[in-house]
Amino acid sequence: MPAFLAMGKYAAFVWPAFGISFVGIVAAVALTLRAYSRAKTRLAAIERNAK
Amino acid sequence: MFSYANPKRFMELSGRILPWLGAATAILFAVGVYLSFTAPADYQQGATVRIMFIHVPAAWVAMMAYGFMALASLIGLVNRHPLADVAAKQAAPLGALFTVLALITGSLWGRPMWGTYWQWDGRLTSFLLLLFLFLGYIALWNAIENEVRAAKAAAILALVGVVNLPIIEFSVQWWTTLHQGESIFRKGGPLISAVFLWPLFVMAAAYTLLFFTLLIVRMRTEILERRARALALGANA
Repeated sequence: MPAFLAMGKYAAFVWPAFGISFVGIVAAVALTLRAYSRAKTRLAAIERNAK
Repeated sequence: MFSYANPKRFMELSGRILPWLGAATAILFAVGVYLSFTAPADYQQGATVRIMFIHVPAAWVAMMAYGFMALASLIGLVNRHPLADVAAKQAAPLGALFTVLALITGSLWGRPMWGTYWQWDGRLTSFLLLLFLFLGYIALWNAIENEVRAAKAAAILALVGVVNLPIIEFSVQWWTTLHQGESIFRKGGPLISAVFLWPLFVMAAAYTLLFFTLLIVRMRTEILERRARALALGANA
C-alpha cells in the first residue's frame, strides 16, 4: 500500500493530477445538476402562478 | 433531421436517454480508474504514465467540444436552428473545463518528465489559445443581452477559432516542440503498448460520455430557463 501511494517517486505529481481532475469533474456534475433542479423549480413556480 | 431536433422533441428524447447515458458514464469511469491504477509503471515514465490516462482524454474531449461548438454554431447561423445555438452555448463551459484539466494534468506530467511545468511551444501555446477561445465565446454570450445577436456574434467567433484545431493537431509536426508527436492514431499503428492503450481508451470513452451527458443536462436547463423567461414575460405583459 505505501508503495502504491508513493507512485514510484512521482506521488507529488500523480495524485494532484487525479485529485484536480476528480474535483473538476465532480464540481461540474454538481453545478450542472443544481442548475437543472433550480430551473425546473423556477419553471414550475411560474406555471403555478400563471394558472 | 432538424424536425427531430425541436426543443419539445429534444426534451422527450433526452429525458429517456439521460439515465442510460449517466449509468454508462459512471460504469466507464469506474472501469477506467481501475485500469489506470492497475496498469504497470512505464519503463521510462514510471508511474507518471497514469497521468496520461486522464490528460489525453481531457485534451481529446476539449478539442471535440470545440469542434462540436463550431459545428452547432454553423448550423445555428445557416439554418437559424434555436437548438443548435443552445447546444453551442452549453458546450463552451464544458470545453473550457476539459481544456483546463488537460493543461493542469499535462503540466503535472511535464514537470517530472520534461523538467518544467510549462513551455511556450506550439502545442502548449495553441492549447492555451483554445482555452481563451472558449472563455471569449462565453464572455461574448454574456456581454450581449439580445439572445439572437449574441448567438450570431459568438458563432462567428467559434467559426474563426476553428483554425486553431489543426494548429493544435499538427503543431508537433510543424514546429520543434517538447511535446511528443502522434503516438496513437498514426500510420503503422500505435507506438503505445496495449497494456496502456486499454485504460486510455476506456477513460477517453468515459470523458466523451461525460461531456455529452453534461451537455444534454445543460441544454435541458437552458430550454427550461428560456421557457420560464418567456412565461414570466407573458405574465408581466
